[in-house]
Amino acid sequence: MARYDSNFKLSMALRGHVLVAFILGATVCASGQNVPLLSGGVGFVTNTNGGSTSYTPTIEPVLAMPLGQHFLIESRANLLESFAPNGGGQPGYNHTHFIGLSYLQGDYIVSPHLTIVGGSFLIPFNTYNERLTPLWISNFQATPLIFSLGNMSGGMATGGQVRGSLIARPKYSLDYAAYFSSRVGTEQFVAKRSSGVRTSLYLPKQRLEIGASYDRLLQGFPASHENFYGAHVWWEPSNTAFRLRSEFARGHHAQGYWIEADYRTQAFGGLDSWVGRIEPVFRMQQTFRRDTVVSDGLPLVNTQRADFGLDYNLPHNTRILTSYSRQFASNGNRNIWQTGIVYRFLFPTWKGK
Amino acid sequence: MTMNPRVLLLAFAALLSSPLQSQDTSPKTPRQPAGSTKSAAAAKPQESEGQRVFQQNCSRCHNAPEGFSPSISGTIVRHMRVRASLSHHDEQELLHFMNP
Repeated sequence: MARYDSNFKLSMALRGHVLVAFILGATVCASGQNVPLLSGGVGFVTNTNGGSTSYTPTIEPVLAMPLGQHFLIESRANLLESFAPNGGGQPGYNHTHFIGLSYLQGDYIVSPHLTIVGGSFLIPFNTYNERLTPLWISNFQATPLIFSLGNMSGGMATGGQVRGSLIARPKYSLDYAAYFSSRVGTEQFVAKRSSGVRTSLYLPKQRLEIGASYDRLLQGFPASHENFYGAHVWWEPSNTAFRLRSEFARGHHAQGYWIEADYRTQAFGGLDSWVGRIEPVFRMQQTFRRDTVVSDGLPLVNTQRADFGLDYNLPHNTRILTSYSRQFASNGNRNIWQTGIVYRFLFPTWKGK
Repeated sequence: MTMNPRVLLLAFAALLSSPLQSQDTSPKTPRQPAGSTKSAAAAKPQESEGQRVFQQNCSRCHNAPEGFSPSISGTIVRHMRVRASLSHHDEQELLHFMNP
């Protein structure tokens, strides 16, 4: 991702994205196969942290274009404008804009056991980066405190990845993903040289997923190469709308975990009743410093944080997100309030057959 | 002031126990995908193979979007095939479930 202060650069980047979409889309149209789709989310969020409130309108478009029977090109971008109060006692607000690609990758499906991914992709470390970062999926607007561990700060890799199903049986399945990323410092594709692997076991009957991740930073002095270890557990018991998700991550200088639970009751007319649309959410997270070398994006001191959220799932793919967080740390406690409204859109890029 | 982690964990355990207790009294219907997929699922009393694939893969992360065009259901399923490492059989079942 890259930050621009120039409207010209922003405009050119957008035009380039649209041009690529148009050219590739025209190719797909000619083949008469599945129509490319434009999806994503648009939202408006507010964040009050330590008494300072910022306002952020955001758009996250997703493009997916199948080519033939085995190839898929997909990309997600992030465009936002952030309005925050001027610091230093100055009145008024300052605003910055931001545009960047979350990923732009080509997928070649060889078989269920092997998909080859090339380009810029999300690092397959634990679950949050790949599954829960989309604006319209996450229950909380803020990423977990340990997000940067194993995700090389930005969560992007540029290089190659293989992934697929190792074993798929009715009672269990085992998946894997392995990647290598080169060091890239261009404006749109910032990535660190690293490699890693993740595997996860899923038990359909119990609806339980357990996984482990490992990756290694490979740039800088050899002595500064850092290993990251991760583990995740997801449990979504059948016949309920209850979900429990958790992750643990450990780096050379810090470690931590988060546990998140959300629930929607079906007892008062089902999930589509006005009561069933209410979704209380809770997340507990802690970080622990292993030494005083701060290079991983985690808080400078041991930190505990409890997030209490209440989301409301409106019809037509719209969600209202609210949350209150209390953070405890030896360098000061703080309250964080967040509110937002998110709409998910999904439509074909043109009318298909 | 720092909060005792045990207190937070106890609060978390209490939160977990509440929905699981109420689960027994709720109707035994899973969280359904909405829109066109919802109507397809409602027409069948038994869980179809495609619905099973959806529940075990797609709905682990998100609910189905409402009312999308049938012309992009193949693209959505292709996307899910990469994300969830679906077999060709699962892809076809999911496609049938989303676009009956």
